[in-house]
Amino acid sequence: MSNTDREDEQMREEKTTFGFWVYLMTDCMLFAGLFATYAVLRNNTYGGPSGFELFNQKFVLTETLILLTSSFICGLVVISARKKDMDRLVRYLAITGLLGVIFLGMEIYEFRSLINEGNSWATSAFLSSFFVLVGTHGLHVFVGIVWMLLLQWQLLFKGFKPIVLTRVKLFGMFWHFLDVVWIFIFTFVYLLGGLKL
Amino acid sequence: MWSKIRVGMVAILIGLIAIVSYRYLSGQTIALLQPKGLIAEKERDLIYLATVLMLIVVIPVFFMAFWFPKRYNENSKNAEYLPDWDSNKALEAIWWGVPIAIIGVIAIVTWKSTHELDPFKPLAAANRQQRIQVVAMEWKWLFIYPDEGIVTVNHVLVPKDVPVSFEITSDAPMNSFWIPQLSGQIYAMSGMSTKLHVLANSTGKYEGLSANISGYGFSDMRFIAEVVDKNSYNDWVNNINISSSKFGENEYQQLSIPSVANTPQYFSLSQNDLYSRIVAKYNDPTMIDGLKLQLRSSNFHNHAEDK
Amino acid sequence: MLGLLTNFAHLSGKTDPVILGAQIALIGGIIAVALVITILGRWRWLWYEWLTSLNPKRIGVMYLIVAFLMLLRGAVDAFMLRLQQTIGSGGGEGFLDANHFQQVFTAHGTLMIFFVAMGLMFGIINLILPLQIGSRDVAFPFLNSLSFWLYLVGVGIINTHLIVGGEFAATGWLAYPPLSGIEYSPGPGVDYWIWSVQIAGIGSLLSGVNFFTTILKLRRKGMTLMRMPIFAWSVLGSMTLVLFTFPILTVALALLALDRTFAMHFFTSSFGGNPMMYINLIWAWGHPEVYILILPAFGIFSEIVATFSKKRLFGYTSMVWAIIAITFLSYIVWLHHFFTMGAGANVNAFFGIATMVIAIPTGVKVFNWLFTMYKGRVRMSQSMIWFIGFLFTFTLGGMTGVILSIPPADFQLHNSLFLVAHFHNMVIGGVVFGYMAGLTYWFPKMFGFKLHEGLGKAAAWSWIIGFLVAFIPIYMLGLMGGTRRFEKFDPSLGYHPLFVVAGIGVVIIGIGVVLQVTQLIYSILNNKKLADKTGDPWDGRTLEWSVSSPAPEYNFARLDEVNYRDEYWERKKTPAADLVKYKDIEIPKGSPIGMFIGIFAYLFAMAVIWHIAWIAALSIVIISAFVVARLNDDDIVKTIKASQIEKIESSYGGM
Repeated sequence: MSNTDREDEQMREEKTTFGFWVYLMTDCMLFAGLFATYAVLRNNTYGGPSGFELFNQKFVLTETLILLTSSFICGLVVISARKKDMDRLVRYLAITGLLGVIFLGMEIYEFRSLINEGNSWATSAFLSSFFVLVGTHGLHVFVGIVWMLLLQWQLLFKGFKPIVLTRVKLFGMFWHFLDVVWIFIFTFVYLLGGLKL
Repeated sequence: MWSKIRVGMVAILIGLIAIVSYRYLSGQTIALLQPKGLIAEKERDLIYLATVLMLIVVIPVFFMAFWFPKRYNENSKNAEYLPDWDSNKALEAIWWGVPIAIIGVIAIVTWKSTHELDPFKPLAAANRQQRIQVVAMEWKWLFIYPDEGIVTVNHVLVPKDVPVSFEITSDAPMNSFWIPQLSGQIYAMSGMSTKLHVLANSTGKYEGLSANISGYGFSDMRFIAEVVDKNSYNDWVNNINISSSKFGENEYQQLSIPSVANTPQYFSLSQNDLYSRIVAKYNDPTMIDGLKLQLRSSNFHNHAEDK
Repeated sequence: MLGLLTNFAHLSGKTDPVILGAQIALIGGIIAVALVITILGRWRWLWYEWLTSLNPKRIGVMYLIVAFLMLLRGAVDAFMLRLQQTIGSGGGEGFLDANHFQQVFTAHGTLMIFFVAMGLMFGIINLILPLQIGSRDVAFPFLNSLSFWLYLVGVGIINTHLIVGGEFAATGWLAYPPLSGIEYSPGPGVDYWIWSVQIAGIGSLLSGVNFFTTILKLRRKGMTLMRMPIFAWSVLGSMTLVLFTFPILTVALALLALDRTFAMHFFTSSFGGNPMMYINLIWAWGHPEVYILILPAFGIFSEIVATFSKKRLFGYTSMVWAIIAITFLSYIVWLHHFFTMGAGANVNAFFGIATMVIAIPTGVKVFNWLFTMYKGRVRMSQSMIWFIGFLFTFTLGGMTGVILSIPPADFQLHNSLFLVAHFHNMVIGGVVFGYMAGLTYWFPKMFGFKLHEGLGKAAAWSWIIGFLVAFIPIYMLGLMGGTRRFEKFDPSLGYHPLFVVAGIGVVIIGIGVVLQVTQLIYSILNNKKLADKTGDPWDGRTLEWSVSSPAPEYNFARLDEVNYRDEYWERKKTPAADLVKYKDIEIPKGSPIGMFIGIFAYLFAMAVIWHIAWIAALSIVIISAFVVARLNDDDIVKTIKASQIEKIESSYGGM
């Protein structure tokens, strides 16, 4: 690798990372829009059930702990990538993804039981905004899991190419971001929603 | 020589346009500039004031935009040329300062007038306030006079020099209730009630309309806003009460079938809380006893295709 | 299996001469273009040089072409609207019924903002911005191509109903619920609108990320922020707004779509929904949107007035701060679009005052432009005619804007024809004049030859005069109590003569458009005579003029450090004669994946509009597969050899 090549590589990484930060900020705006909508509509139950009656906080707390753990392990992923420790990297990635899958499974279970009890998104504005806010986060988690699988595959076949390492870093940012968004959802939707009444 | 002819021609053209416009406009109703109500008068004055204040900046800008490219044209031989002159703190201070001052004045006026002319604020006047409830329907206006017990469609009569309080809702897409010569407009929204206060100070028939698109019959949602003196007003109310059929929830349900360009209709009100029920049917139907009003079903056909 | 398409026959059963005309024009046009390409044997060339290109200069040209085609459609719409209102105010029935009239103005507004103004803006930015900041490329070339294709998908969706029949939204260009909800608009029209805007909007958002990063990370060494050309600054402001507001548009449209498709209740009038929330969200995007469009126009004028006055831009620092102030302020004024909702005096007064404060930095910019001409050597080129026209019309529009920003005055003027005149004043007098000026100014840099001056000046004058004749009567009609979006007015109101005058104005603008088309054709035919061999036809000041016209694929052969604001102007004063050897340059290879994703995004939208779940799901899977394929592709750059660069550079003989 010549000097200019290294400079080019550094530039590429720098602009990609910066661009990804910018993207994350737009995603923040997207969630801000959904949070604002939820805040406006959360009491509009139209005679239907409120969050207080629907949310199972122990269940959601478990979900939260699982996602937090996966975020912690995702931190180990980034560290192993920096150390170029392939075994650990792949293993930690797998655990991160697995916890993500469990989280998503629990969320789907929660949604299903709500709908089966007759409280679907068509019941009231409150439930519409609840399903869409939480569901959008879930969709992000799903994308993260797919991304993680793809990273595993690239790591196995391409090894420590600079571009792959950059992507591991970006995946870490993305996953932590989802964690932060979830903390907000947990606090504003489930905790405050549970306090009401 | 040629340039003088050109200037002359432009001047003649502008003069002609001015004369023709004046002759045309003097025969027309310029609704916003010829108000017949207290609020509309104050709103017009604001438009005038803002225009005059803005002209303090606009006129010099027009002058410079015309003069500078002429004076410093590349063909004008003796014009000064300073290619590197790119800042002058004093000049820049002027054109930050003057707009700040002007906008400052307009801002103060805005703050005061927005509070004074808040449509929700009742008007102080010697006479007792007249209540009228307004429902925007597809595509007509319903006026309920709860105190007089009458109901009208597409015709609202108000007494002169009496403060009128309109309560406005919609049983249709969002509309905007507007009688330009009496006051500004306010939205009519379903499940909600907005307010508008008006004081008419001159008798006559004025144009009323919806100012927000609400579907197929939108441009036909016009109504007559008529201002009369107190005696004629009382006669009018009594006439309707004696001679008209009853109007309650059932009749309302009939009327709410979409229709275009309705001629004025008059009824006597049989259900005093009709207005609040129309508002409430969008909110929580379980809270009202025996509500017969129905929500519009979502598989309603597109009216344009029925036609 | 086929969702709502099962009712297809019912929808295409209507034959309206207006729709038929549109169908013939559209389908005929597509066939004609395809035939010409086949006859010339240019398919390969089209594919490799254009459709799959990741070169921002090529992508920019494609944006411009599409935007111009849409301008023609939008102009036909405008003409129909004017004609209908002219007839309809004189007591006639006209040729458009209420529903059709409403569809036409909805399409007109949507087209002009999303597909004309945004298209022209991204076209110019793609072509000029990297050159101006001395960069060889944008930050993310593939993303750029994807943005373009998503924009084109939006264009495709909004025009689809013309071909397959059926209706477009009849709700106004921002589709307020509950009118746009399923209970009042049960047909697919609003869905066409939603998905057209949604997909194009995502494209714009990606472009925002791209250009924001490009400006902040890819500037030439030595070009500090305060040495950056004002156009680049204005684009930075504009892209900042894109980043902060387009996600809100995405949310608003998605929720409206969910209401309509999955019976949710965000914006329904019952079941606890809140239509006012939509209006807030859509304007929290919609107001900054007009500043997204106007800021680059400000930047263009700043470049033009300095170049054609042969003088430094006056008050550069003021200009930068004005841009920053406008960027910030435009984000906190959205409520002025609905003072009449009854938010209360404190809220209304706050937003009214915030709005009028924008007049201050804007006014400062006007004075700085004026004093750039002062003691300069002003050359009245066609770009300058647009600029002078802009100064007059935009100042007028600014004045009416301040009037509208006073809430009690707005109670009278809201939704009136006065408002219609005001925003056309800003959009035509500001945005259109700005982009036209920019296109004439940078045309030689884009295509290698100049546009004919005389025809260009005549076109500009037609636009300016036509604009005044068309819109001053509309201001008057607003004062007379005329409301927008009426297809007919009672003849007793006496609006007819003013509508006739406005119609004449539209014809004059039409003449301007014809002159522009003539100018373009004439200039293409005489491109040898009008060729720009120097790369610097106007004695320019910034880096884009330091390379050949059109710029080579790699933009700059050498990346010399920047030392001044008007870098190229200073370099011309002391030409350096040092010979540095050229190096190989890596540039991105073309890729068709952006186009493929676009095709399936289009299919996805159609499937959602027509409720065909399996196609929608399949499209998503295929799009994901393409994304994966792109991410997995390591062979994405090609190298231009130093010897080749030397050949290209010496054939042009620039510095």
